[in-house]
Amino acid sequence: MLANAPRLMLVGRRLVQFVPVIVLATFVVFGLLKLVPGDLAATLAGEYATEERIAQIRESYGLNDPFLVQYGRWLWNAMQLDLSRSFQSNEPVLEQIMHRFPTTMLLVVGALLVSLVVGVPLGILAATNAGSRLDVAVTSLSSFGVALPNFWLAMILVATFSLSWGWFPATGAVRFGADPAGAIWHAVLPSIALAAGGIAEVVRQLRSALIEILSSQYVRTLYAKGLSPSAILWKHGLKNVAVTLLTVIGLLASRLLGGAVVIEAVFAIPGMGSMVVRAAIVKDFPVVQGVVFTMVILVIAINLMIDLLYTIVDPRVALK
Amino acid sequence: MRALRAWLGGNSAAVLALFFLVALFTLALMAPLIAPYVPTAQNLGNTLAEPSWQHWMGTDDLGRDVLSRLIHGAPASLFASLLAVGVATAIGVPVGLLAGFLGGWVDDAISRVIDTLLSFPGIVLAIGVTGALGIGLTNAMLAVGIVFAPGLARLMRAQTLVVKQELYVDASRCFGASLSRILLKHVMPNAVQPVIVQVTLLLAVALLAEASLSFLGLGVQPPQPSWGGMLARAYNYMELAPEQMYAPGIAILLTALAFNTLGEALRQALDPTRRRR
Repeated sequence: MLANAPRLMLVGRRLVQFVPVIVLATFVVFGLLKLVPGDLAATLAGEYATEERIAQIRESYGLNDPFLVQYGRWLWNAMQLDLSRSFQSNEPVLEQIMHRFPTTMLLVVGALLVSLVVGVPLGILAATNAGSRLDVAVTSLSSFGVALPNFWLAMILVATFSLSWGWFPATGAVRFGADPAGAIWHAVLPSIALAAGGIAEVVRQLRSALIEILSSQYVRTLYAKGLSPSAILWKHGLKNVAVTLLTVIGLLASRLLGGAVVIEAVFAIPGMGSMVVRAAIVKDFPVVQGVVFTMVILVIAINLMIDLLYTIVDPRVALK
Repeated sequence: MRALRAWLGGNSAAVLALFFLVALFTLALMAPLIAPYVPTAQNLGNTLAEPSWQHWMGTDDLGRDVLSRLIHGAPASLFASLLAVGVATAIGVPVGLLAGFLGGWVDDAISRVIDTLLSFPGIVLAIGVTGALGIGLTNAMLAVGIVFAPGLARLMRAQTLVVKQELYVDASRCFGASLSRILLKHVMPNAVQPVIVQVTLLLAVALLAEASLSFLGLGVQPPQPSWGGMLARAYNYMELAPEQMYAPGIAILLTALAFNTLGEALRQALDPTRRRR
């Protein structure tokens, strides 16, 4: 029963709860522009602008209106998918973002997959052998993973696998729509570099959650009933850590998006990350705003989805 | 020595991490005295040199001494981490304390703001703020601090919720203690321990954020030396001189590792229920 009454109520309540979060988040994103010191119109007009030109820009961008009016207009436009135009290229910001979005998402999804595929087995191994040498090795390795600067790992990977051995391309990306195999081929090294911290996070969280469950009262009862350790692990242990895993995925979504910004710079990948970095350097504010906006909405949407998945994985959540 | 080790829960790695950090802070404070060369002094006749007796770690693409730049990069990284985490603590702790203690609509409102800010990818917001305020390390790290604050506030709030149920808090209220006295004298000291652990762990995250921003050209500006900036230069000469990227990377890795090791040891030392693990 996926669509029973309490679950639908919960979905409705969660959706309502997300409205103030989105309003507040957009407020912060819009506020970014207000941080610009001095007269924004003068900054936009450039160095040798006349007074008239500055006044004209102020008028055309609506900078004479009160703050809340400007915010309201910006939000209204954003809701209609109009994120203004780039100061540099005069292209619509949303168009630029949509063009680069698949490249960044391929990277983030790839890194998430690597994190889970490597992290989950290691976490299970460490938890089921808690205190052993294997556990110590896995735990120390994950400590390294957390402390490792991902862009440095990326450089080492490029130096080894691209420049020395020539297995993978050192830079660039291919659009997934144009050539799926080539796109994945280009995304392998960046995804691995991005996943280092993710693997460590998955291992740590999964290990501690699983250790807690395996030492709980009811698992002891299952042992007393005569169940084998592997049956307990697969039937009861992992079912209960599914919630933890969902939480980790939500956490990673935000972190991997941030990490992708830096990794894209190393591999010269034309994604949203390299776009926002260049825009920040040349003061192309609408682009900066647009990318931050897109990423925040993305993270909020992912968290909403995870909140809803909780109710499917763990029916107790829906009853609360 | 033995007392120190006992204080850190018998964790030798944590003692080592503490010594490493003390040495690093000393190095950072006395960088001009210790570094053999001026970090920005160029020698275009001797670029990308191998390690030698004159230059223990070789020279970079402008003939500058790598060791000296590494030593002079330490203050920027440590200052940046302390600034970001200081800002986060100054905002997060009082806000969490008030939300947890006062409850009601104050708690609801603050919790909603916390939830919102937690959904911002930290480094992206830092880039946004840097773009608006102008490029520079201080602006970037202020932004990182603001992004860290909600996490600390949430932790402080949860701790305060537990501590405010304690008998001694009720007792001091019965004796007519003021709100500020109850908060500062009774609730805060008993609720702050997990926050101290988290602050130590955040220092590592802030260090990595600074390195990333400087690598992207949004943090420390050349010719001032920084570990992230050194890696950015090394990246340009990766085919010619791949060894340029090892020293700054290892410096970042070890410092972050030291903060994390210390934080984990503190967590175990301060938490009586998990002493076994």
